[in-house]
Amino acid sequence: MRGLDLLRRYPLSVLFAAVGSLLLLFTVVVLFNMVFRQVVLRPEGLLEAVRDPTVIRSIGLTMYASLMATLIAVSLGTPLAYLLARHRFPGKSLAEALVDVPVVIPHSVAGIALYALFMRHGAVGRAFSRLGVVFEDSLWGVVVAMLFVSAPFYINAAREGFRGVDPRLERVARSLGAGQWTTFYRVTLPLSLRSLISGAVMSWARGISEFGAIIFLAYYPMVAPTLIYYRFTIHGLTGSQPVAVLLILLCLAIFLALRLYTRPRRGR
Amino acid sequence: MIVLEGVSLTLGSFQLRRISLRVERGEYFIVLGPTGAGKTLLLETIAGFHTPREGRILIDGVDMTYAPPEERGIGFVYQDYLLFPHLTVEENISFGLRARGLAEEEIRERVAQVMKSLGIPHLRGRYPSTLSGGEQQRVALARALAISPKVLLLDEPLSALDPQTRETLRRELRRVHESLGTTTIHVTHDRVEALTLGDRVAVLMGGEVVQVGAPEEVFERPGGVEVAEFLGVENILSGVVRANRGGIAVVETEGFQVTAISPIESGEVTLFIRPENIILSRSRLESSARNCVEGRVTEVTPLGPTVLVHLDNGLKASITRRSLEEMGLRPGRRVYAYFKATSVHVVPK
Repeated sequence: MRGLDLLRRYPLSVLFAAVGSLLLLFTVVVLFNMVFRQVVLRPEGLLEAVRDPTVIRSIGLTMYASLMATLIAVSLGTPLAYLLARHRFPGKSLAEALVDVPVVIPHSVAGIALYALFMRHGAVGRAFSRLGVVFEDSLWGVVVAMLFVSAPFYINAAREGFRGVDPRLERVARSLGAGQWTTFYRVTLPLSLRSLISGAVMSWARGISEFGAIIFLAYYPMVAPTLIYYRFTIHGLTGSQPVAVLLILLCLAIFLALRLYTRPRRGR
Repeated sequence: MIVLEGVSLTLGSFQLRRISLRVERGEYFIVLGPTGAGKTLLLETIAGFHTPREGRILIDGVDMTYAPPEERGIGFVYQDYLLFPHLTVEENISFGLRARGLAEEEIRERVAQVMKSLGIPHLRGRYPSTLSGGEQQRVALARALAISPKVLLLDEPLSALDPQTRETLRRELRRVHESLGTTTIHVTHDRVEALTLGDRVAVLMGGEVVQVGAPEEVFERPGGVEVAEFLGVENILSGVVRANRGGIAVVETEGFQVTAISPIESGEVTLFIRPENIILSRSRLESSARNCVEGRVTEVTPLGPTVLVHLDNGLKASITRRSLEEMGLRPGRRVYAYFKATSVHVVPK
């Protein structure tokens, strides 16, 4: 179909495609500009970052901490998401609003709130410090801050995944003799797995990108976003950009691999 | 055997109001009702998906009102089949057997047996999304029957199928029921299904069971105007009983007199006459029919292989297209409508 025919038949869709592309272009240009400048124009800076143990340690720490935060979000968020998707109960609207609160509040505010609670003299921090777990300037502090900001991404995706499973499938399973556990394990979970994985990936990616909430509670050990900020304040773009590009490339590679792994398969 | 005693429940805009039913062991019981009558809610309540606000549900004499679905021994088939999309046909059918912890050998045997009886062994390794509607329905039925349920609940099982497949599966349902003898409750809004499959029929309207009986009885003798309208009784007339001699009532309706078999001796009544029980003729006939009403054709409505002929006296007759053509009936033509006194069902107002 020629362009003019397309415009005549679907004027609204063509307009929407043009307008929507602007936003996509904005994202692509911002990232591509930085990656292109670094990879093509200054590859030596990128290689230096790859060889820098501080950078590698920082990126590794970021991914590891975010993975831990995601595992906690999955463990605690899956039951919550299922309840929100399947049942009506008093206070459900409030619970749904609470899930989204970390998304809407400024992350510096989240950081201060977390610091007040988890610092050594905070209500939770003091209790845990007796057990030998310290949040201030520690890996646990990073995990807690990441969990706070990233959990909503998993819970919302999981809730929508569970909602997408027809509750009558669960009823049929029950009528066939499966208890609630078996039904969840053999019907609900496999059918919503793609949403759960997708939510976990989003949650993990969100954790990796967190900076605002982390620096209040755990400036050290330095996660990648903190290191990038630190190097930017000391060395400007030259010092921070290679780390940023390396982080982007690594995240993109993992993100794409997971997307490929969880894509729909034919015949089902 | 399944017994419902005064079961009431409200769920959203649907409700069940004091439903009392008794379905005998091995019976094929039809629940017939219009959309929104609460048919699916009734089945889901029997299956244990909802707890009644009041009343009891007994399965084989055991009170199962509060038992979880997995303990009721019920096979449930939904209108849209609801096969597990992530499992193959074989895995779908064996689902209930695995949930019951049966040995692998026994599972294989039972699955093979039920697949064979429904003619679907060739679908074994297929996923539901690759099956036609008729195939999916067979698999859903096989899955429900594999667990040898005490009761089989069918929620409009044929309504999503094309007419040809529907007819085939209707015969299949009858055959399976005759060979296994599973107590079956089948809900539908389709009158043909009720007539051809049911040992007995309950009419459910507005969440209430308004009539229970043999299919012919329910169709020929509806209990009220609403039921009659739903069952396709096109001739619903108001009248007054003027006389009754030995059980033969003479009823004065607007425009003509009707003779009917009824014990009612006086008072206002409603008459029901099925349109297929009215014979049309261009000339006067010598007939055993006690009623003959002259009228003029006002309209002819096609209804598939038959047509509905509307007369100016308010009667409607269902005749074949061929009869219509042979008699040359069209609006304006004068005809005589004959119907027997036994074809008129009289209920007091």
